[in-house]
Amino acid sequence: MFDQVLQFLFSGITVGAIYALVALGFTLIYNSSRIINFAQGEFVMIGGMATVFLLGAGLPMPLAALFAVALCTLVGLALEKLAIEPAGRASVVALIIITIGASIFLRGVAQLVWDKKLHALPPFTGDAPIHVAGATILPQSLWVLIVTVFLVLALRWFFTGTLLGKAMLAAADNRDAAQLVGINVRRVQLLSFALSAALGAAAGILVAPITLTAYDIGTMIGLKGFAAAILGGIGSGPGAIVGGLVLGVVESFGAGYVSSAYKDAIAFVVILLVLFLLPRGLLGGGSAERV
Amino acid sequence: MCARRDLLGLAALVAVVAVLPLFLPNRYFYDVAILAGINAIVCVGLNLLVGYAGQISLGHAGFFGLGAYASAILTGRYGWPPLAALGTGAVLVGALAAVIGRPVLRLKGHYLAMATLGMGIIVSIVIATEDRVTGGPDGLAVVPFQVFGWSLKGEETWYWAVAATLVVTVALALNLMASPIGRALRSIHGSEIAAEVMGVDAARYKLLAFVVSAVLAGVAGSMAAHYSGFITPGKVGFFHSIELVTMVIFGGMASTFGALVGAAVLTALPQALTSLREYELLVFGALLMGTMIFMPRGLVPSLAALWRRGRA
Amino acid sequence: MTLLSVRELSRSFFGLDAVQDVSFEIPAGAVHSIIGPNGAGKTTLFNVVTGLYRPTRGQVHLAGEDITGAEPSALARRGLSRTFQNLQIFFNMPALENVMVGAHVHSDCRLASALFRLRGMGRRERAAADEARRLMEQVGLGAYVGAEASAMPYGALKRLEIARALASRPRLLLLDEPAAGLNPAEAVEIENLIRQIARSGVTVLLVEHNMRLVMAVSERVLVLDRGRLLADGTADEVRANPAVVRAYLGTRNAGKKMAVHA
Repeated sequence: MFDQVLQFLFSGITVGAIYALVALGFTLIYNSSRIINFAQGEFVMIGGMATVFLLGAGLPMPLAALFAVALCTLVGLALEKLAIEPAGRASVVALIIITIGASIFLRGVAQLVWDKKLHALPPFTGDAPIHVAGATILPQSLWVLIVTVFLVLALRWFFTGTLLGKAMLAAADNRDAAQLVGINVRRVQLLSFALSAALGAAAGILVAPITLTAYDIGTMIGLKGFAAAILGGIGSGPGAIVGGLVLGVVESFGAGYVSSAYKDAIAFVVILLVLFLLPRGLLGGGSAERV
Repeated sequence: MCARRDLLGLAALVAVVAVLPLFLPNRYFYDVAILAGINAIVCVGLNLLVGYAGQISLGHAGFFGLGAYASAILTGRYGWPPLAALGTGAVLVGALAAVIGRPVLRLKGHYLAMATLGMGIIVSIVIATEDRVTGGPDGLAVVPFQVFGWSLKGEETWYWAVAATLVVTVALALNLMASPIGRALRSIHGSEIAAEVMGVDAARYKLLAFVVSAVLAGVAGSMAAHYSGFITPGKVGFFHSIELVTMVIFGGMASTFGALVGAAVLTALPQALTSLREYELLVFGALLMGTMIFMPRGLVPSLAALWRRGRA
Repeated sequence: MTLLSVRELSRSFFGLDAVQDVSFEIPAGAVHSIIGPNGAGKTTLFNVVTGLYRPTRGQVHLAGEDITGAEPSALARRGLSRTFQNLQIFFNMPALENVMVGAHVHSDCRLASALFRLRGMGRRERAAADEARRLMEQVGLGAYVGAEASAMPYGALKRLEIARALASRPRLLLLDEPAAGLNPAEAVEIENLIRQIARSGVTVLLVEHNMRLVMAVSERVLVLDRGRLLADGTADEVRANPAVVRAYLGTRNAGKKMAVHA
């Protein structure tokens, strides 16, 4: 019984780490511009798919992954420059629709440039399961966890230790004030999209060996990453991580003990519960609105 | 307001609908027109919520699907008369919307978007999973629509049925928007706080728009089910919800005729580009982005503004 | 008779007391003002009275009825209306319709009447439009009757909000900084408008920084400072009140009387 619990825990934490990375992507962009980027999931898709096809074109894995991340970063930059910036100070609804449109567009392009089939990436260091206390964990899962921790720490250092990082936080907190002290908020927004795209791509490459990838995986994973972000408290970096892990584990146990057919619904039930009962999420702060 | 313009528009709609069959060479074109009409019924309702009241719903395909499946299951499995099934479906959808609308509409902006999205997806997952009742991913066959022994079959008959329903829907929507209720809805979009202070119970009116648009979607869903003769979960999913919102936005928010035009154009366009089916996603995505960036008010209001400026 | 009665009203945000223990009574008829330095809590007080915030403590009574914590939309029906410091105009509608929304509490809001345009709806709509037109002319906006709200200048929009608030036929009208952003000539027009409104039987309570306006129209003045009621009296009494002078001008000027500039 215990090994079953442990098994669910392992798979829950693994997928939770991916959700956490996607949620971090949402948080980054939300923090710099108050925009919810519904195309976040497509970054994950592009990371995985691009790597698959670059690998197929003959590039060694590390290079393929690197180029895939770079490509995805370019896509993120293009999204900001060509779709978000021209919209100017559009309403919240307008921006939601624009990013949804971008997500559909990117899926359409992926379908044309690549194909509609499922693809697998080879695991980084083999696929012999490792036995831990009666449960098994894939080596790839360990990679997911290690790289996630590394990325989270790197981001933390960036935001608290570098001037650019602090500038981004300042711009997120108060756009006008940041501009007045000389921070180029346009560039900060651009950078946040680039970073989010890179994060998403990394997540996609990490998880593709485990869950396979295809042109249309972006929607679900984007929505679940968003659920994780809301669960943890939109705008909170630690919240994104906690939300991701919690969602992953809840989903894993829910699929195991309640119903595996409704596994996907769990994330959306979580979204609804959080929105209705705890809109600020687990770690989100409070704020008052001025009339 | 502008009662004359409304009447002219309605008259124009009746004229177009009456004359259109002369230009439809075969059954395929009738089919497109009928589907456009059904989408238009949903969009006119959705526009009340999104365009006029300024809310957002990314889950309306859920209501459409619930109406469709209600009709399909009640008539197919339990042998109900189709009219009763349609009515019951509409009532069920309305009741569901009334219940979930209250907490959902307290949310705003992207939280509201996510909540409606989540609900729509949950509905589609349930429908796809409970295959004993709904036929699962393969869907259900639907019996033809019969009223007092007379069967509604064939593209031509359905064309008139859908057209009549559409004209009635548009007339009701125009009446609604030209009344104090319509003004109240628009004022909520303008400034919810000021509307409240002026005596508009924003929560109640938002719920009203939500329920009305849900019921219209449910009725349209029932009609679509009987017309096609089958129903699948595909029509209940996220993408269909986005299609519907796209039609409203593209055609023109806060414009009943805009929503109609949007539905017509965006139903006919993919059919016209059948050879370019692979580009469907790409085009839809580009259309959504382009409309919101360059024509945020939608096609019909933007054209109307250009027309006015051209005359000035 | 006392129209508005506020007792020990308090409202705090995350530990910050925006309004503390404020009590006063406004008799029906005439014009009353609330003044105070920035951050004194004047708009918060308005927001609590008009139901936009719930008070943390205290009560509000309108003509003897307890309206503490009531929903804003219910208060319109009881004869309470207001304008906003930061314009809350319905920019998505023409000016006339903005005013017509103000009369919402007097409109037929039945769904069936609207959907089927039952007998009388057309006539009632025309009457509502006529009434809105009359109100716009009354506040001096006759020239904008056919205009879109989004095309109107700032000064006109401030008056549009007043017309809209008047459309609900209130007993008590709260004006939140009606002269803010207006030049002296425009402020005088507002002053005349306020007097006109008071003459028509509406009790007016305004928050203002423009001292000339306040002293010119007000029968009574309340002074708020840092959330507390500092003074409550006639314009002259308040002007000479040393505590008030200190709050506005600082301790060094405590002995002087507040001058009012034209």
